[in-house]
Amino acid sequence: MNTAAVPGLVAVVLVTLVTLAIGTWGLRFSRTTSDFFVASRTVRPALNASAIGGEYLSAASFLGIAGLLLVGGADMLWYPVGWTAGYLVLLVLVAAPLRRSGAYTLPDFAEARLGSRAVRAACSLLVVGIGWLYLIPQFEGAGLTLRTAIGAPEWAGPVVVGGVVLANVTSGGMRSVTFVQAFQYWLKLTALLVPVAVLLVVWWGDGRPHARAGADGWSVPVAGDGGIGLYTTYSLIAALFLGTMGLPHVVVRFYTNPDGRAARRTTVVVLALLGLFYLWPPVYAALGRVYAGRLVAEGRSDVLVLELPRLMLDGLGGDLLTGLVTAGAFAAFLSTSSGLAIAVSGVLTQDVTTRLVGEQRGGVAAFRLAAVVAVVIPLVGALLVRNVGVAQSVGLAFAVAASTFCPLLVLGIWWRRLTDAGALAGLAAGGLGAGGAAIATLAGYSPGGWAGALLGQPAAWSVPLAVLVMVGVSLATAGREPAHARRFLVRLHTPEVLGAGPG
Amino acid sequence: MSPMRTDRRWRRGRLGSEADRAAFRALHQASLAAPALREGLTTQSAERAVRHLRNLLGTPAVAITDTEAVLAWDGLGQHHVEQAAAVGLLAIEKGTTRTVDRGQLGCTTNGCPIRTGVVSPLVVEGRVLGTVQAFAPTPTAGLVRATEEVAEWVSGQLALAELDAHRNRMIEAEVRALRAQISPHFVYNSLNAIASFVRTDPDRARELLLEFADFTRYSFRRHGEFTTLAEELRSIERYLLLEQARFGDRLQVTLNVAPEVLPVVVPFLCIQPLVENAVRHGLESVEQVGQLTIVAHDRGHEAVLEVEDNGVGEDPDKVRRALAGDASLDSVGLGNVDARLRATFGDDYGLVVETAPGAGTKVIVRVPKFAPGVTV
Repeated sequence: MNTAAVPGLVAVVLVTLVTLAIGTWGLRFSRTTSDFFVASRTVRPALNASAIGGEYLSAASFLGIAGLLLVGGADMLWYPVGWTAGYLVLLVLVAAPLRRSGAYTLPDFAEARLGSRAVRAACSLLVVGIGWLYLIPQFEGAGLTLRTAIGAPEWAGPVVVGGVVLANVTSGGMRSVTFVQAFQYWLKLTALLVPVAVLLVVWWGDGRPHARAGADGWSVPVAGDGGIGLYTTYSLIAALFLGTMGLPHVVVRFYTNPDGRAARRTTVVVLALLGLFYLWPPVYAALGRVYAGRLVAEGRSDVLVLELPRLMLDGLGGDLLTGLVTAGAFAAFLSTSSGLAIAVSGVLTQDVTTRLVGEQRGGVAAFRLAAVVAVVIPLVGALLVRNVGVAQSVGLAFAVAASTFCPLLVLGIWWRRLTDAGALAGLAAGGLGAGGAAIATLAGYSPGGWAGALLGQPAAWSVPLAVLVMVGVSLATAGREPAHARRFLVRLHTPEVLGAGPG
Repeated sequence: MSPMRTDRRWRRGRLGSEADRAAFRALHQASLAAPALREGLTTQSAERAVRHLRNLLGTPAVAITDTEAVLAWDGLGQHHVEQAAAVGLLAIEKGTTRTVDRGQLGCTTNGCPIRTGVVSPLVVEGRVLGTVQAFAPTPTAGLVRATEEVAEWVSGQLALAELDAHRNRMIEAEVRALRAQISPHFVYNSLNAIASFVRTDPDRARELLLEFADFTRYSFRRHGEFTTLAEELRSIERYLLLEQARFGDRLQVTLNVAPEVLPVVVPFLCIQPLVENAVRHGLESVEQVGQLTIVAHDRGHEAVLEVEDNGVGEDPDKVRRALAGDASLDSVGLGNVDARLRATFGDDYGLVVETAPGAGTKVIVRVPKFAPGVTV
């Protein structure tokens, strides 16, 4: 290890310690009654939105986008656009009704809406699957970051992040999880914003050099290759726009809102925060075009954000900025992985491990066992699977979510005639379609031409397929429509202000 | 469900006799109708059950009525629906099974299989609730017997439904009792404490009076079985403010609440009795300051609440008896809260009480963030 590793190492250790500290002792409300009412201190939309942002902005956002843009050009802008616009769809179609349903997790919603244990079980399975699919790239990214920052071997990053997350989750250390995650958002934003400001000044000082003119379609917003490129682009858009609402760790956070109105407000703030964040990765990519062409040639574009400060600045300045972006990247892994691990182990506890451990030993043992399972399996996955870009594999998790939970949520909230059989069939069609494609891609199977495009970006066919199956089977089994469907929908869509009010 | 499984296993192994299989089929049909009937006799439940009853009886049409009107009709001859209510009255008046002949039905439609009927009353605890009616082309003694048996079985299910309703009413009554339990002492003492501030600190007296008004409004509210933890805690804080006004520095309260759990839905007044107990225990030891700690943690899919005092504690055996429902003990609230939590969330979610004489008391409540059917 050389001196160049010091800033990165310090950053990683600091972020870990601060995360653990806030999590454990955290800014909890500890008050005597002579102060104001604790109960009125529900989580405000702004705080909750920061927490959602912190949990949502993963390694793919922090590292992946800049790298993709550097290589792929403007058509990769659909990633940040889609990741943000997903919240717009969530806001319009899902946020408030989902909160009013009282569901904590997606399986909860399915059970409340359709009154079926089978659909619940299917949803639990999908939550775990999507969670793992999303965790793998986080761990991979951690390996990448630690290798770049401190020259650690590639397995070290996943193991360190996995270990910290596991310790955090099992010790009950995520007690003030909202504060931890909100802190992580602002940390990530700072870690991206400060270096880019400095680097822009450097660029200006250098006389505003342009990238070497490579008229290779870098600025065209649709991937090349005619029909296939168009399909890939639209498929990506479908996956990202519709997948956000099916991410387990995002949905769980909506429960913290006191009511449907607050859920909507939170979503609006999330949109603003994400918009603010996603302005900057493209700037890194543009600067990378000027200063870091070497990374493209070496196929290490994912580390652009981490390397750019040193490539543009020598000495202490470069070291400090490297430390800062490393801290941001590490925060991205920790927060997203923690959120996912909690969501996945919550579902595992409810539906699996409580039965395994037995009720005598109680909830804590069951939750710990679930957390171990939730973290270790994707960790092993990350060590086995290599060389799938961070952003692409996150994209696959989105595609599965878009093909399963999006139809379930949208139809469940807006269509009275959805039945349990229809939901089950649709989940199976979407899950097997998109999930199968994702697994094939992760396993390294990528034929060329249309077959490759259909497998690599399944959303454009798997989402309509899931919707059609869900609607078709529901209509065919109209007799199974749950008896309480109408009443339930009325509750989902009735604004709280119409209710009896306080008292 | 289980009769069907038995049925299948039998067929896979050795074929049961025809009589065996007929019995299994009948039991299976009965088990399908049972859940609806266990909800009591309403249009919805009758509509869901009537199809299975017709399969059970094997007649062209079956109707279920209450004492006034037809609740559900399944099968052919829809034009007879109007008559069913009048036919039902025959059996309701007499309280016994009656047959209806061609003349009374007076059907002129060609090919209509509804020529005669059997009407049997549904009797629960000596009251006639309605009738089951089976219609067929020809009257047979077998049909009369079968209809009578089915009516008796349906009556049994309805009796169970009444039992369920009765139990729910019991729980409701207990909640009402809990509300009424806002003890006269507390009202009297609070008003006295407020009165003592009227001259010395009128502003505080006014504030306390408003808190008192809000507290009673919440505690006496009539609608809704459930509330959010935020509302419950708010009411508890009001209660504690009033108690502190009375006891001053002798009662010290610490609240430590994770804001994430505030939206959790809990049974109405499920924490407050625990706090009242804790205040009472905490202040029974005169020589020291009563310390009361209320903690709410976020544990993923559950919320955990702890109410702890440093008071005299209690004999664990007594607490066990109180939780088992022995009302002679002074921790009345404990058994009630425990029963309601179990009734709402299942047996995994009872109260946990850690206590010993002289060692204070800690009551732990776990509630899931989501349970089907539990909403504000």
